[in-house]
Amino acid sequence: MSETDRISGKLRWSKLYTFSCLRPNVLETDGLHSLQGPGFSRVVYCNQPRVHRKKPLKYPSNYISTTKYNIITFLPKAIFEQFRRVANLYFLMAAILSLTPVAPFSAVSMIAPLAFVVGLSMAKEALEDWRRFMQDMKVNSRKVSIHKGDGTFGYKPWQKIRVGDVVKVEKDQFFPADLLLLSSSYDDGICYVETMNLDGETNLKVKRSLEVTLPLDGDVAFKDFTGKIRCEDPNPNLYTFVGNLEYDRQVYALDTNQILLRDSKLRNTAYVYGVVIFTGHDSKVMQNSTKSPSKRSTIERKMDYIIYFLFTLLVLISLISSIGFAVKTKFEMPEWWYLQPQNTTDLYDPTRPGLSGIFHLVTALILYGYLIPISLYVSIEVVKVLQATFINQDLHMYDEETGNPAQARTSNLNEELGQVDTILSDKTGTLTCNQMDFLKCSIAGVSYGVGSSEVEIAAKKQMAFDLSGHNSEIYSASMQNSRAQDSLENSGSDFGKSEIELETVITSKDEKYQKPMIKGFSFVDRRLMDGNWLKDPNVDAILLFFRILALCHTAIPEPNEETGSFNYEAESPDEGAFLVAAREFGFEFCGRTQTKVFIRERYPSSGHPVEREFKILSLLDFSSKRKRMSVIVQDEGGQILLLCKGADSIIFDRLSKNGRMHEESTSRHLNEYAEAGLRTLAFAYRKLEESEYSVWNSEFIKAKTTIGPDREAMLEHVSDMIEKDLILVGATAVEDKLQKGVPQCIDKLAQAGLKIWVLTGDKMETAINIGFSCSLLRQGMKQICITTVNTDLLAQDAKKAVKENVLMQLTNASQMINLEKDPHAAFALVIDGKTLSYALEEDMKHQFLSLAVNCASVICCRVSPKQKAMVTRLVKEGSGKTTLAIGDGANDVGMIQEADIGVGISGVEGMQAVMASDFSIAQFRFLERLLVVHGHWCYKRIAQMICYFFYKNIVFGLTLFYFEAYTGFSGQSVYDDWFMLLFNVILTSLPVISLGVFEQDVSSEVCLQFPALYQQGQRNMFFDWYRIFGWMANGLYSSLIIFFFNLNIFYDQAFRSEGQTADMAAVGATMFTCIIWAVNFQIAFTMSHFTWIQHLFVWGSICTWYIFLLLYGMSSPIISRNAFQILVEALAPAPIYWLVTLLVTIACNVPYLAYLSFQRSFNPMDHHIIQEIKYYKKDVEDQHMWKRECSKARQETKIGFTARVDAKIRQLRGKLQKKYPSLGVQNVIPPS
Amino acid sequence: MNSNVASSSGGGGVDGSSPPRRNSKRPKYSRFTQQELPACKPILTPKWVISAFMLVSFVFIPIGVASLLASRDVVEIVDRYETVCIPEDKRADKLNYIQSTENKTCSRTLIVPKRMKQPIYVYYQLDNFYQNHRRYVKSRSDEQLRDSKNENDTSACDPEDDSNGLPVVPCGLIAWSLFNDTYSFSRNNQNLTVNKKGISWKSDREHKFGNDVYPKNFQNGTLRGGALLNTTQPLSEQEDLIVWMRTAALPTFRKLYGKIEVDLEANETIQVTLQNNYNTYSFDGKKKLVLSTTSWLGGKNDFLGIAYLTIGGLCFFLSMAFTVVYLVKPRRLGDPSYLSWNINPAGH
Repeated sequence: MSETDRISGKLRWSKLYTFSCLRPNVLETDGLHSLQGPGFSRVVYCNQPRVHRKKPLKYPSNYISTTKYNIITFLPKAIFEQFRRVANLYFLMAAILSLTPVAPFSAVSMIAPLAFVVGLSMAKEALEDWRRFMQDMKVNSRKVSIHKGDGTFGYKPWQKIRVGDVVKVEKDQFFPADLLLLSSSYDDGICYVETMNLDGETNLKVKRSLEVTLPLDGDVAFKDFTGKIRCEDPNPNLYTFVGNLEYDRQVYALDTNQILLRDSKLRNTAYVYGVVIFTGHDSKVMQNSTKSPSKRSTIERKMDYIIYFLFTLLVLISLISSIGFAVKTKFEMPEWWYLQPQNTTDLYDPTRPGLSGIFHLVTALILYGYLIPISLYVSIEVVKVLQATFINQDLHMYDEETGNPAQARTSNLNEELGQVDTILSDKTGTLTCNQMDFLKCSIAGVSYGVGSSEVEIAAKKQMAFDLSGHNSEIYSASMQNSRAQDSLENSGSDFGKSEIELETVITSKDEKYQKPMIKGFSFVDRRLMDGNWLKDPNVDAILLFFRILALCHTAIPEPNEETGSFNYEAESPDEGAFLVAAREFGFEFCGRTQTKVFIRERYPSSGHPVEREFKILSLLDFSSKRKRMSVIVQDEGGQILLLCKGADSIIFDRLSKNGRMHEESTSRHLNEYAEAGLRTLAFAYRKLEESEYSVWNSEFIKAKTTIGPDREAMLEHVSDMIEKDLILVGATAVEDKLQKGVPQCIDKLAQAGLKIWVLTGDKMETAINIGFSCSLLRQGMKQICITTVNTDLLAQDAKKAVKENVLMQLTNASQMINLEKDPHAAFALVIDGKTLSYALEEDMKHQFLSLAVNCASVICCRVSPKQKAMVTRLVKEGSGKTTLAIGDGANDVGMIQEADIGVGISGVEGMQAVMASDFSIAQFRFLERLLVVHGHWCYKRIAQMICYFFYKNIVFGLTLFYFEAYTGFSGQSVYDDWFMLLFNVILTSLPVISLGVFEQDVSSEVCLQFPALYQQGQRNMFFDWYRIFGWMANGLYSSLIIFFFNLNIFYDQAFRSEGQTADMAAVGATMFTCIIWAVNFQIAFTMSHFTWIQHLFVWGSICTWYIFLLLYGMSSPIISRNAFQILVEALAPAPIYWLVTLLVTIACNVPYLAYLSFQRSFNPMDHHIIQEIKYYKKDVEDQHMWKRECSKARQETKIGFTARVDAKIRQLRGKLQKKYPSLGVQNVIPPS
Repeated sequence: MNSNVASSSGGGGVDGSSPPRRNSKRPKYSRFTQQELPACKPILTPKWVISAFMLVSFVFIPIGVASLLASRDVVEIVDRYETVCIPEDKRADKLNYIQSTENKTCSRTLIVPKRMKQPIYVYYQLDNFYQNHRRYVKSRSDEQLRDSKNENDTSACDPEDDSNGLPVVPCGLIAWSLFNDTYSFSRNNQNLTVNKKGISWKSDREHKFGNDVYPKNFQNGTLRGGALLNTTQPLSEQEDLIVWMRTAALPTFRKLYGKIEVDLEANETIQVTLQNNYNTYSFDGKKKLVLSTTSWLGGKNDFLGIAYLTIGGLCFFLSMAFTVVYLVKPRRLGDPSYLSWNINPAGH
């Protein structure tokens, strides 16, 4: 930090912040807290970190860890996690029991798959935890300047910081821990803090140090600094702090004003010094962070029920088996001399059939374990990781600007993306960029600025397209009426033309917009630019307007070395946009001292700029209550002016009689701007006489120096006195730039049947503005605003009264909706945070929810992070639907964690939201592709995959059971151990994985063109119980066919012309061949999308089986036992072997094929039709039909452009009908 | 792929100073990663459905007919003898009879119904005999059967593993319960030779039953099971044992006994002299002697043919049904009026 910077920073900043930063010069001794008792035990010795090295003052270090495991705990913890899954626990038991003689198989065939499955899952866990660890390390090793003793500072990583350390944080750095502010580069000890990461608020907050610590403003000052802080224990409350500082044998009270919280950022301040109070996990932000809950998708939860069902089935057939076994053993086995029943062990003891039965139960439970697919979890995990890779790799979701691809951070929610019902969205940073663009203005009743807002452009585009589409609909409906047809045809072609024109206009405009790349300024109008305003008849008003732009603010300029002009550090982005606009108009704000503002005015006539200085006499700053700000300036000529800007309603109330000249036209313009989704402010001024000012000023100073609760009221009163009799100059319209593609994305999502709620920390007006600009609100929508009225009653009564009031508003609104007759009426609910806190209470929340569900859009403003999470929970639990929360800041973390799916915007802000999220995308607009394409695909893939999995295991498991009935229920399986081992692991796993990874019912373009397809997921059409049980029934059928066909064909006769009869190995191998063929054919019928990979896996699996059988047969007979040379010698030369395979494969698949054909011909689903259209290339031949269907495939929405357009079309129809009454009523089709 | 996943997790807003364009994180384009691989997307059009079912029926019905014909060509003589071979006065207590030491020779007369071309296979068929019982199946030692060095390897053979402390070769319940009825055939008082060579799998003889393994301590325990073995012959030549050791899948099974390598004419009478030694009486098991020729499909079994005809017929019916359906109520393929939003405009 250079010396000059320091001097310029040494501005008495408090001058500017007249209201909030005035410091009464009296020590508030009564503010001291008696810090005793539980909760207030923390003692911090400032600048004596040594004291904190040992107990009891040893506090946690600043090292943070968000990992689940460490090297030592990984193995036990991860194994524990794995075996919490019921199925895995079952397989573990089976593996342990397989070491005993009870087991029907060899031990290795039980342990190997389990080890593989568990090992793979654990490897995945380890990888994910490693990534978290690397993220932590990155944070832990950030550097900060720390006092090393003797007044020298040096850089150390964050993790080395200890409680009591003095740290120096520089501009735009994050605070490494919770600090007590001691001093800053400003000599009144204030600093600016951005708490974006904590609460999502973008405006800067002012913190100020205690006066007593102000002298500590240099490195050397800390040489001998000591102090003692007593304060509260670590807690998650961000907005309170209680503590005392003992310094110089005096005790001073500390409050939240002196506390700098970890993960907030130092802004506009060169540096600050602070003492570390809370480190690491003690810091407030870490205390706030909750462990991200592990989320499971709906499908996976449902899958558990299927597993329970199969477990029941398993236990049932095991019981049947063991009862059968006990009966056989008791009554028949004594006669089976060839088993030597008199010499048996407990396992087969005819004298104790009960005991043997119990042993056999264990055997049976292991034997039929194939009903529960051991590889299901691992296959699903593999599939999901691969699906996630595809999401990560999707170039359509890669943001060129920030360089961030989409990222699936947890892979276990992929399919949930296909079932989302409600989206809860943050506003700032998610829907908008939080960047303001000066777009239009109205000066002296004339509107300037021809550029249209993004909203307007997009709306026009959409309208142009839709008009043509809807028009053709009318056209086709009125075929019988030739006269009307002719005229409509004409109008149709007119529309067509106008569409083309509009499109070209828009595209050319788009190109034009590329040129002026001035951030914050998109104003286009030759009348004002390049000094042309001097020729305008209203030149005086325009000059005044520009001066207000340049003078009425609290920003400070920063020279930009690259461009030679200035950057502005403004309190709000609007102000920044005004200053940029003023600069572009030729009124460059170039400097500020404590009492003066310097403007460089450039007139094209004179050539070089004139620097003027204005004396700032007073500054009445902005507050949300006042909704205006004013400066009182004195120009070089001694003229005193009050310049005021504020909300139009406020300004219009304060105009003088002769200041209302342009009121009418200006307010008309303001309405236009607001409709275009712009933020508006009105500008006014007033000339003051010297004497008038000085009288007022003395009052003002008196009010400023008052101490006590009346100060605010007095100041307001004094300000009111001067801010009156204003003369209206004009108004501005600033665009809160929506992120790219947001309105379109919202429109598409709404068409896919998704509901969108906006939860924002912003003011209600801002929220409503944004609602308009992203078409969540529109003109003609009935807005239901629910707010609390301020009551001045006693606290307890007030609460009750307010609550009743809110309840009444809710009931009234519900009634209004119920009574509404017009099917096109749309309602919007706007509710603020304070009211929400009542509405979310237990007794009222269901009323609130039912009201909200009936509204087309819901906007909650001024909500706290916690309320966001509560609203999310309410929607999730109250409606039982899948919710998705999307946000970018730390204030969205709660909501992101609470929702079924959390999506983080990986933009420029901190990483908290992304770290807590399940998916991160760089732009809101990618949400459409994430849900409609990837969600849809993943849902179908996983659903089909799970169904198939159960099918194939039922086929296999039941054949084992049937065979038992023929072996006296002894627990012998007809298949070789190795066949069974390989069945799930190799022979059938790859095709099903390829189904889960590569299946596409329709291509991604079609998914986007037909949002209605998304509803297949919302309605869960592919994983409902009908479908699941259908697949199970199919499995049952196939198992019966496979088993009994084989049994009857290989009954007792010779199976070859050489006279040999089939032994168990031959029957088993043949039956297994049939299973492999049948299940692989089945999956081939299930797939609708074959790339070479699917072909390879499906047909490769069948080949693998033969290759395996061949190789297994060639191995030593000690390994292969009865399967020795079975294929070559016994099976392959026998025609019956091949004939059985063919017969059984076809017989197993005929019903499914018949079902499919039947469904396709009588009850085709949407994707079937679209597949057919694509197959016959009808979309190319008949583009008109294709386009019409695309537009009809939308959900009827009440929000978004489409709704706006629909409303327009209804109007248009009304007009048409009047024009051509012969068309009749029947032709007026409601738009869909 | 994985490296990309790992690398993309970091970064972000932490270090805001880095330049905005970092193309290192840009996913590489490939048709695979963008899920745009060329794919064939077959759909079930009526034409396909009908021709698929038709094709199946056209293939299956001939196969069914051929299988049935093959099965009908096979001549099979089945003679159930477990009761008739017991003298009538002993039939009250068959078990006692079979366990006694008296002569159990029995004569049977078979009449050849049709001309039987050689080779005629001789089988014995047992019923209600659980060769597939787990205890039975596991009670063998392949190691021991294969190599004389492993003769002590009898751990799997419980309970027939040793006799007076000495290992039994071949051990286990399967070998111990070897079938021991014998048959000899004569035609017009002329002996018909039964060839007992080559009735087992070649691989079994050559690789699974060692030619240096001789029976030891077999059947000399307290409990006498089935047949005795010739201790001078290696196991690889004891084909009856090899056949028996291939356990059957079902409790009813046939096993090859031998081959008669002369043609038998229709209505010829065959005299069978059999030694009825094997005890199936304790569990009411039937014993049958089967003489059968084979076709290209093996022995006599109509099931395969019937199943083929059934499935083929079903497919034919389905293809006809679908044809009728498509003719009566055709649906134009890709007809958008079947889309859900057109059928049911209010539904969504």
